[in-house]
Amino acid sequence: MTSIGATVKEPGSSKHNKTGSWRTFKPILDKEKCIDCENCFLFCPEGCINKEYDIDYDYCKGCGICAEECPVKAIKMERE
Amino acid sequence: MEIPEEEFLAPGHRGCAGCGATVGVRLALKMLGKNTVAVSATGCLEVITTPYPETSWKIPWIHVAFENAAAVASGVERALKSQGKDDVNVVTFAGDGGTADIGLQALSGAMERGHNLIYICYDNEAYMNTGVQRSGATPYGASTTTSPHGKESFGEDKPKKNIPMIMAAHGVPYVATASISYPEDFMKKVKKAKEVDGPAYIHLHQPCTTGWGFDPSQTIELGRLAVETGSWILYEIEEGEFKITYRPMQRKPVNTYLESQKRFKHLKEEEKDRIQEYVDQVCAELKI
Repeated sequence: MTSIGATVKEPGSSKHNKTGSWRTFKPILDKEKCIDCENCFLFCPEGCINKEYDIDYDYCKGCGICAEECPVKAIKMERE
Repeated sequence: MEIPEEEFLAPGHRGCAGCGATVGVRLALKMLGKNTVAVSATGCLEVITTPYPETSWKIPWIHVAFENAAAVASGVERALKSQGKDDVNVVTFAGDGGTADIGLQALSGAMERGHNLIYICYDNEAYMNTGVQRSGATPYGASTTTSPHGKESFGEDKPKKNIPMIMAAHGVPYVATASISYPEDFMKKVKKAKEVDGPAYIHLHQPCTTGWGFDPSQTIELGRLAVETGSWILYEIEEGEFKITYRPMQRKPVNTYLESQKRFKHLKEEEKDRIQEYVDQVCAELKI
């Protein structure tokens, strides 16, 4: 394949870079309290919370948006 | 609205914790789906999503210069069309610098020629990637490294350039403003932009933790405050018809938005009053 400029052939390959190491505060979700509003899933800058509300700590940078936007305060930020 | 779970922007990108741009791109791509080609101008998004040899994009993506993202998107659209691929979305993501300043002529040309593409400007109101220099989209009063506050200057002394209205003046079929803090509103607009035959422009307001100076957890709250104070207005212009898509129940004082950011911390009362007056005037014109 002839390429002009730089090409990256593996889609989504930034997943090899685990940004979880950046984190100081870790979000912990209490699923009992969760009301399934999807706010954390929608607003996560990493896209590392799925619709089952599992948080992928390999990538979570600990920004705390999920805890802030949770309407029932089901997510707590704990120092690592 | 049912929001697809599938992500088209992979994690591991180098965006700051609390980055607003990646929230916007994630949501937009959910609406556009995998049959999409993206073009990015130089900027934060390009740098954080493609540290060579990695990429966060799960769809075909091309980076071009600051100046010509819209021109390249025009070419991609025309090439796909000539191959008979009419079901592929072509989307451009460019920052406010790449849109309001450096890429404006290419964007104007693409809009005027009527290409079937979607242009999304993620507006964080300065050149964040290179260290917070002012852009045409920097609002009045904001301190940046090239409009610093100090003895000789109180920060940016020009109002924010009204790009969505400049785009509307091109007579394109769809223009909208949006905010990452109102995801359903934004995603509906992306869906409309996708369905429109011809150019569609969406101006996405997106707080920046590093450039604006606030805690990363506050990104969404800041975007919300911008809208709730009337500092940023959510509307769409469909075939020339203007419609406000979200009205704050009761507008909050602009100061609640200003005081939560470092870039406005230096403002004196009279400067804040001037900003409030300006916002009041704009809101009165739009009946908000």
